Amino acid sequence: MSEAPLLKTPLNSVHRALGARMVDFGGWDMPVQYSGVIDEHNAVRNSVGIFDVSHMGEIEIHGPEAAKLTDFVTTNNVAKLKQGQAHYSGLLYEHGGFVDDILVHKINDDHYFLCVNASNQDKDFEHIRSHNAFDAEVDFTSSRYAQIAVQGPNARATLQKLTPVDLTAIKYYWFADGEFGGVPARIAHTGYTGEDGFEVYVTPDEAVNIWGQIVEAGAEFGIKPCGLGARNTLRLEAKMALYGHEIDASISPLEADLGWIVKLDKGEFVGREALVKQKESGLTRKLVGFEMRGRGIGRDGYEVHLDGAPAGWVTSGGPAPTLCKNIGLCYLPVEQAVPGRNIQVVVRNQPVDAVTVETPFYKRAK
Amino acid sequence: MYPENFRYTKEHEWVLVEGGAATIGITDHAQHELGDIVYVDLPKVGAHLEKGKTLGSVESVKAVSDVYAPVSGEVTETNGLLADSPEKLNEDPHGAAWLVKLTLSAPAEVENLMTAAEYQTYVGAEN
Repeated sequence: MSEAPLLKTPLNSVHRALGARMVDFGGWDMPVQYSGVIDEHNAVRNSVGIFDVSHMGEIEIHGPEAAKLTDFVTTNNVAKLKQGQAHYSGLLYEHGGFVDDILVHKINDDHYFLCVNASNQDKDFEHIRSHNAFDAEVDFTSSRYAQIAVQGPNARATLQKLTPVDLTAIKYYWFADGEFGGVPARIAHTGYTGEDGFEVYVTPDEAVNIWGQIVEAGAEFGIKPCGLGARNTLRLEAKMALYGHEIDASISPLEADLGWIVKLDKGEFVGREALVKQKESGLTRKLVGFEMRGRGIGRDGYEVHLDGAPAGWVTSGGPAPTLCKNIGLCYLPVEQAVPGRNIQVVVRNQPVDAVTVETPFYKRAK
Repeated sequence: MYPENFRYTKEHEWVLVEGGAATIGITDHAQHELGDIVYVDLPKVGAHLEKGKTLGSVESVKAVSDVYAPVSGEVTETNGLLADSPEKLNEDPHGAAWLVKLTLSAPAEVENLMTAAEYQTYVGAEN
């Protein structure tokens, strides 16, 4: 670890006042838990939770060819986005591995707003700039935003009290700019929990004010502040990828079971050629979910065996509080990466039985 | 908070010696630092534990932590309660949620462990 001081979000003092346990998360001083991971996890599944995700980065692309540049550096089809709509996408290297996984929001034809992972934001910015042969401008705007995620079945009822914007009119993966808690905000119907919810972007100087208003509005629903611990168990149950775990520079979206964000027929984009080749020659490995059957918890990085021989590794694993099971995701040879295979996860030098299963592990009732 | 008749390690285990037998557990500070405990891995009865070597592990939602043997000896009993109710470790780490009992093979080892007052100071300084 470097000795550089940890970066802080505008809500750092709020977390400390709440008695959160703070950890170094990719160079950021972030809350991992407040009341407890399971308690926070359950609050989101059953009612509503609030997360400070201000560490996430923002990159904006402007100009007459903003759409062209955005489309060229991402895997999903930007032309399909309508004004006010967002989608999940990948930034790839030429060799097809991930630079990052991101959300692309279309503000208008000349302006795209990208939400990117905190620890990748510098390289994302450089990567996009390095491919900018278009009439477009790339701005690194992370310092202009704080981001607060409000997730759970009571998220909308909580937030609706604070804004004249009709939140029922914002469809899933759409967003609206408007007044929120008396300040200008971007309200996106997005999230990383597998639950219904919103992500609210405001200026950093309003973060403490807005957090306080949301906590007050959510009091009747028992809103709980939630840390990175619950964020991780929630996203794992919903099988949402985490950079550095399911995906990284050595993994392609096809391997990561993210073929749905790759639109090979949309035209040229960075990494396309490598993906086409990979598709033609066939994948060698693929991501698949598993459940532990024996006693033990498969954790990130543990080896996976098939018939007693090493065959892959766990990308993310742990207890699933909603399901009361120990679950995980792992890479296996592609022909084995299907539900119903008996595997062993090596837990402290001991192979423990597990079985591959359908994903997502958890899907909310609609 | 920390029982006077226990001795403590820097790795946050406690040991209660009664004659030639000892009961071992993790401290309240340890369970608090770990958070929600979801799995406890213990040695088998008859296993020989060596002071300072891994005794087993305690897993929270987030992570796995090794537990080290504060003293050497042979395991005579493990706490079956923890297999089905690992969360008891969060509730009663100094009582019902002990980990193992053993017969001491080197009783003098206990003398090097911290007293309750020393441990209190130690965790106070760590925070």
